[in-house]
Amino acid sequence: MKRKLTMIQAITEAMDQKMAEDSRVMLLGEDVGVNGGVFRATENLLQKYGSDRVVDTPLAEAGIIGAAIGLAMNGLIPVVEIQFLAFIYPGFEQIVSHAARMRYRTRGQYHVPMVIRTPYGAGIRGPELHSESVETFFAHVPGLKVVAPSTPYDAKGLLIAAMEDPDPVIFLEPTKLYRAFKEEVPEELYRVPIGKAKVVREGTDLSIFAWGAMLRVADEAAKQIEREQGVSCEVIDLRTIYPLDRDAIVESVKKTGRAIVVHEAHKTAGMGAEIISIINDEALIYLKAPVKRITGFDVPVPQFSIEDDYLPTPGRVMSGIMETFTY
Amino acid sequence: MSPLYQVLTPEGELVQDIKGQLDQETMIKMYENMALVRLFDRKSINLQRQGRMGTYAPFEGQEASQVGSAMALTPGDWLFPTYRDHAAAIVHGQSMARVFLYWMGHMEGSISPKNLNIMPPCVPIATQMVHAVGTAWASKLQNEKHVSLAYFGDGATSEGDFHEALNFAGVFKTPTVFFCQNNGFAISVPFSQQSASKTIAQRAAAYDIPGVRVDGNDIFAVWLTMKKAVERALAGEGPTLIEAITFRYGAHTTADDPKKYRDQETLSEEWRQERDPLQRLRMYLEKQGLWDETKESEFIATAGAKIDAALAEAESYPKSRPEDMFKHVYAEPTWMATEQESELVKPAKQEGIPA
Ligand SMILES: Cc1ncc(C[n+]2csc(CCOP(=O)(O)OP(=O)(O)O)c2C)c(N)n1
Repeated sequence: MKRKLTMIQAITEAMDQKMAEDSRVMLLGEDVGVNGGVFRATENLLQKYGSDRVVDTPLAEAGIIGAAIGLAMNGLIPVVEIQFLAFIYPGFEQIVSHAARMRYRTRGQYHVPMVIRTPYGAGIRGPELHSESVETFFAHVPGLKVVAPSTPYDAKGLLIAAMEDPDPVIFLEPTKLYRAFKEEVPEELYRVPIGKAKVVREGTDLSIFAWGAMLRVADEAAKQIEREQGVSCEVIDLRTIYPLDRDAIVESVKKTGRAIVVHEAHKTAGMGAEIISIINDEALIYLKAPVKRITGFDVPVPQFSIEDDYLPTPGRVMSGIMETFTY
Repeated sequence: MSPLYQVLTPEGELVQDIKGQLDQETMIKMYENMALVRLFDRKSINLQRQGRMGTYAPFEGQEASQVGSAMALTPGDWLFPTYRDHAAAIVHGQSMARVFLYWMGHMEGSISPKNLNIMPPCVPIATQMVHAVGTAWASKLQNEKHVSLAYFGDGATSEGDFHEALNFAGVFKTPTVFFCQNNGFAISVPFSQQSASKTIAQRAAAYDIPGVRVDGNDIFAVWLTMKKAVERALAGEGPTLIEAITFRYGAHTTADDPKKYRDQETLSEEWRQERDPLQRLRMYLEKQGLWDETKESEFIATAGAKIDAALAEAESYPKSRPEDMFKHVYAEPTWMATEQESELVKPAKQEGIPA
């Protein structure tokens, strides 16, 4: 029988199956044990694998991430949960100065096969600092991989790939999508390769690049503009933010000649700028209009009463598309 | 283990003479403050359940810690609350309407009243502690007779910032009071799993500053300890770490289910029956002839009316407009933000796409 899972269930299953298969995999974080994680991502895993493998740590991100680096260097595969992306900052030093650089500094003698999972993004009416999407911080640091799934299927496959990756992976889980919908997820252990984008919708007139929760916004805009204006948009889920799937980006733009990037992170120095730069380098002569970015603004993610105004909407994406056509 | 300082037993009896240290007026004010904030807290939970407020962090059970400590301050002192310390903020002069507003999702809810230094509720754990060292240091350098009081939980004492704050404060002898409400849990993690230290107070020794453990449900003990810490600070003798042992009856926040990790009903019932901070002060006041049922019902009625008025004020506050998010990011808006703002407020293009 085919089963449908939410993203959070798919994530739990990925960890569960990997832990069953590989005794080196262990989970660490605040409230991941008895409580099963504040979003229930690690539900029942403590009961199944015991407190040596599912560890409720003290409340200390530098400690958690730093210790995980050591665990990883010495034969284990730690999967760290940080409760919300903004609470990663106390551990930032450990991520950028150490997790990212250990292979480099030791000339490949040691490496850090670890995963840092964390919910991110707005749209859940969370309190202050519960809605950030600062993926650029990590994409900017050589030595890290940065992944952000948008579906339960991809979440499971990418997380398994992340746990098998020899390098540290920052695994960003769009909080808004945790329980937003269900989809068929295979029961077996499968991988979705890191660094590969997916064409979610084929189209001929314009390419939209997005990831995480914004993928659905992009897709909604594409559907609506097709209906209303007959514009055929190709929607591409980048899935991995670092390394970007350059070929997928360039191929699509060559085909459509127009592009939009949609992300909820702040506009300035967001990943949109990087994607546009790739398009300039590799597909400039195919462009019929400048590539637009529909993004969050250069302001702290606002309080929840106006949070929705911060986030790109299908309407804003459609306006952007129209501007690209009327350029 | 350092002894637990207690003045008022759960039965409402004094275990030591406090003559000349605490007047009757203050005692009554203590009770009134605690009763008011308890009502405020319950109201907030109801508002959250009715969808009139966002996720809320309740504090019922911790009133003596918050009220007693904040009552030991004078208006120029700096208060650094966490997301759970609205009672302390209210006692130090924050308006209840602002606190409601904050939890209704308005940043304006954390504006400090004029001439008071009440910082916004700190969401990242332990990070405000170092600021309290900084403001206190500045007070000292500028010869201002003010202390800075930082609140935090037991979980916060695992973060690096806790240790850095204590260390700085010790080195620079800043007039900082570090006030830990040890309610036994950091979400689901009990203190026994948070740290191998038996107490939080003992950590003070590592930085060579005084560390005191008090019964956090005994407002007299909290207040007297705070007074001493404030006096020390003002006399230039530096910081104090206070560990107040207390318990929060409800969930971590309205989004949390404590039944998953503790025997919630039994534990809360036990604390409520045996150690409630309001109950014990009320018993004491009644024995002294300072409080009775009539006073209680009169007070509850006025307090309820005050809370309703604050709520009405918060709910009539103008709705946030999208453009508000661009305010106060910098002293002068950047061109990027200005352009983005006009993009946000302009109406979506209506015309179709040229063939
Ligand atoms: C740096 C950081 N990490 C994690 C969190 C998520 N979080 C919010 S409250 C909390 C527990 C705090 O416990 P404690 O310090 O004991 O204070 P209490 O909530 O019990 O008052 C956690 C883990 C956070 N807000 N900030």
